Amino acid sequence: MTPGLINANPVVHETKARSVRTESTDENSVDEFDALEIFDILSQSCNHLNVVSEDDIDVDNKSSHVRVTFTPTVQHCSMATVIGLCIRVKLMRCLPPRFKVDIRVAPDSHASEAAVNKQLSDKERVAAALENPHLVEMVERCLQERDG
Amino acid sequence: SLRLVQELEGHLDRVWSVAWSPSGHTLASCSGDKSCRLWENSSASASSTTWRCQAVVEGGHTRTIRACDWSPDGKLLATASFDATTALWEKVGGEIENVSTLEGHDNEVKSVSWNSSGSLLATCSRDKHVWIWDVQPGNEFECMSVLAGHTQDVKFVTWHPTKDILVSASYDNAIKVWTEDGDGDDWRCVQTLAEPGPGHTSTVWALSFNKDGNRLVSCSDDLTLMVWDTSADLYDSSPDHALWKHVSTISGYHDRTIFSVHWSRANGLIASGAADDSIRIFAEDREQSSTEPGGSTFSMVGKEVKAHSTDVNCVQWHPTNPRILASAGDDGVVKIWEVIGNLSLLG
Repeated sequence: MTPGLINANPVVHETKARSVRTESTDENSVDEFDALEIFDILSQSCNHLNVVSEDDIDVDNKSSHVRVTFTPTVQHCSMATVIGLCIRVKLMRCLPPRFKVDIRVAPDSHASEAAVNKQLSDKERVAAALENPHLVEMVERCLQERDG
Repeated sequence: SLRLVQELEGHLDRVWSVAWSPSGHTLASCSGDKSCRLWENSSASASSTTWRCQAVVEGGHTRTIRACDWSPDGKLLATASFDATTALWEKVGGEIENVSTLEGHDNEVKSVSWNSSGSLLATCSRDKHVWIWDVQPGNEFECMSVLAGHTQDVKFVTWHPTKDILVSASYDNAIKVWTEDGDGDDWRCVQTLAEPGPGHTSTVWALSFNKDGNRLVSCSDDLTLMVWDTSADLYDSSPDHALWKHVSTISGYHDRTIFSVHWSRANGLIASGAADDSIRIFAEDREQSSTEPGGSTFSMVGKEVKAHSTDVNCVQWHPTNPRILASAGDDGVVKIWEVIGNLSLLG
């Protein structure tokens, strides 16, 4: 099972103009994240399939909360949970552990939206999935391919 | 209202659950690092800062150990793992030995529980089944029954404190009550606590009976705790017999998934732990303000907002000391807490 079997000719989207970030000059400020930064992290993985855009990322530094909404390429995309898992793994590796991360498919973008969301938010199922060598290999490949 | 007694460090991954031995002398913790650690206090007082890791139980599982439970005589420790097996451990001489491994589930085992007499063991799995094992002499365990009924993975099982009645909680949002058939050789579901009746609207993560076994509390991904009550004869399994009735929903406290709930048998208080990093403590109101017939209300009497630096996966009251609570978190730490304040006013 590879993404190519489901969507052999993905539309490659042009990256839109980026918002400009104003760097904080306060040396005492805590390490804060914004949507652009999270987007940068994720764009190395899923951006070129237009799965995530900067507008789909909400960051609340005060409560250490990140919400990512992604749009699977097709309504019945069986890769949706794997894409979601990739996003979670990527953020797990890049964000400090205090961050709570919620990952959801965009409303009406997937035939089994509720089921996919429930599975992605169940950390026990995610932990078990990440002990499955076959699935881990798939996630690593997904993250690697687009890192390069 | 909660004072941190001690932080127990040593696990190399998230700690999923903790279990007190029946005497309260030993606390077992189990983790994504595939090991169990046994913690003991060299002082007579559980609230002194002398808890130490006395043993590391490892080598029995190839994947995460999700849950553990002590036999009622405190001799055997059962560990449930994502590797689809349940292992049994016994202290032989000074060493902890793996004396049996139970195979049968198709995939991750998520919870394990001994019945009150130690004659039965229940396990549950992502394979949607609950298994009941008959405990035989010589550390032999024979599968007595495979309980089918849940439509999704089964997250948690626990036995009634005195009777052979089992309750299970699932990703399918339901709680099921199981008892042995009259003729004694099979088990069946006698009640399902779920919508369209009163019930949780998302995964039910844990369950706990009160001391007398006439109350049950459940916790869920829907951010609520529900309290269930029975005045019924629990062995009467006639079809229309409603064993358990919903008496209260405790909501508006945790704002992320509630993973653990435990009803103290020593002080009557309910503790809950959640993905919002907090522990909360609830007591039943003495002045019944509920308008529901037979209903009751609960109030929060204590909280620790940042109990762990990340998700709280498990809370467990000490079996005999009414002031001691243990917790486990994604931060890999086990914590021992002491309840401060007048317990008679709280409970």
